[in-house]
Amino acid sequence: MQFFYHFGKYLILLKDAFKRPLNHRYFIRQVINEIDAIGLNSLGIVSIISVFIGAVLVIQTGYQMQNPLIPAYTLGYGLRESVILEFSPTIVSLILAGKIGSSIASQIGTMRVTEQIDALDIMGINSANFLILPKIIAGILSFPFIVILSMIVSITGGYLAAVMWGISTSIDFISGLNYWFVPFEIAYAILKATFFSFLITSISAFHGYYASGGAIDVGKSSTKAVVYSSIALLLSNLIITKLILG
Amino acid sequence: MIDVRNINKSFDDKHVLKDVSLVFEEGKQNLIIGQSGSGKTVLLKCLVGLFEPDNGSILYSGRDFVTMNKNARKEIRKEIGMLFQGSALFDSMTVMENVMFPLLMFSDLNAKEQIDRANFCIDRVGLTEAHNKLPSEISGGMQKRAAIARAISLNPKYLFCDEPNSGLDPKTGVKIDHLIEEITQEYNITTVINTHDMNSVIQHGDNINYIYEGEVWWQGNKSSFLGNDNPELLDFIYSTEILKRIKPKK
Ligand SMILES: Nc1ncnc2c1ncn2[C@@H]1O[C@H](COP(=O)(O)OP(=O)(O)O)[C@@H](O)[C@H]1O
Ligand SMILES: [Mg+2]
Repeated sequence: MQFFYHFGKYLILLKDAFKRPLNHRYFIRQVINEIDAIGLNSLGIVSIISVFIGAVLVIQTGYQMQNPLIPAYTLGYGLRESVILEFSPTIVSLILAGKIGSSIASQIGTMRVTEQIDALDIMGINSANFLILPKIIAGILSFPFIVILSMIVSITGGYLAAVMWGISTSIDFISGLNYWFVPFEIAYAILKATFFSFLITSISAFHGYYASGGAIDVGKSSTKAVVYSSIALLLSNLIITKLILG
Repeated sequence: MIDVRNINKSFDDKHVLKDVSLVFEEGKQNLIIGQSGSGKTVLLKCLVGLFEPDNGSILYSGRDFVTMNKNARKEIRKEIGMLFQGSALFDSMTVMENVMFPLLMFSDLNAKEQIDRANFCIDRVGLTEAHNKLPSEISGGMQKRAAIARAISLNPKYLFCDEPNSGLDPKTGVKIDHLIEEITQEYNITTVINTHDMNSVIQHGDNINYIYEGEVWWQGNKSSFLGNDNPELLDFIYSTEILKRIKPKK
């Protein structure tokens, strides 16, 4: 029952958030700032994680490929599939749920407990719209690029590891990358990540928006934001994957 | 003028405001006093629509805020300024941006006029030097001033202040009280102030309303205040040791 109560509250908050902004120029400025905070600020961590995971995936697959019956292109092919289908859209989003989710919830939660949200409401500004919509939009605009960057970087990382440590030849690896390539998979990954970005930004904003009390409660709400957006992300990942690929 | 009639407000089974009726007058400092937890903040938040009262009416110059629709409320909101207990400045914005914010969102002024107006308000509260500082870079007293500048930027008819001098040293508190008094008189604002500061009460109480456990217990002004014979109010006034010692014996 508790769940339905909170879910209803979440939907109502979203309904308030998806209204026309009061001042469009100001709104665009906010979106740009949020793209900076949500998107640009995540590029470093995403690149670092991607390059390492790409390399590790290649080493592990290579280790399991001692059997001469397995064709040489499997290495590049396997890496491409894991990266495009799962690592870049889902695992990267999961990592960003931690980074972005906690920062959104603590920022909005602090504004709640220091009455900054009340100050907006008093002025007659729709605080849900003003605070949440720019973050959701910025997430939706940023995530496709983050995911593509992650794909490129992790495949590059895998390639470098393969060639540097003689796990595969450059030619075999690249022919594996091209083997049975279905561009739809990239579209699928981007779509999935875009949906995840919506979950992360909106669920975290929800937890911040309804924070109450003081600094400790803001901390709790930011933990909840990360936990619930991660669970929502994993659940919807299962459902989407089953529906589209299953 | 704000006319509050028979307001009740409960949270779950906790009856916080009990049939509160009050009148707040123009150009005056209308005080709501009472000890912590008596319901002052809840009352103020009902007045400005952050809480919905369970029943009763709140008339802003005759217009009932409780029953009116969202759009009509928006019009009244433009006439309202509020000073929050913790200042509630937007912490990602400089003082100037904070004061500019309501102007950007609501005023019909052009860009230059907006800047002029913001500068005027900042100068008026004596913060000329702190223009480009962030709230975290200025003192509590200066934050209160900045919040006052933001609250008056749209020329409000009604100004609400929740414990304007709480958290400030006595001297700074007195200065903030004076600033609010000057602004109230200069612009003929209906100012409503929550406080439990006795000095504010006897210096600035044009219209004093004592709330005891959610009920209006006593009403008067600064000249009738100290001579009152209400036992709960006397108990509240003389609650500190220093005042108990100088309390007149009857
Ligand atoms: N949002 C709320 N939910 C439940 N109870 C509340 C809420 N806000 C205030 N109260 C209760 O109302 C009473 C009056 O609080 P308040 O108006 O803040 O007192 P004060 O006079 O110190 O400003 C307190 O007992 C408080 O616990
Ligand atoms: Mg209070």
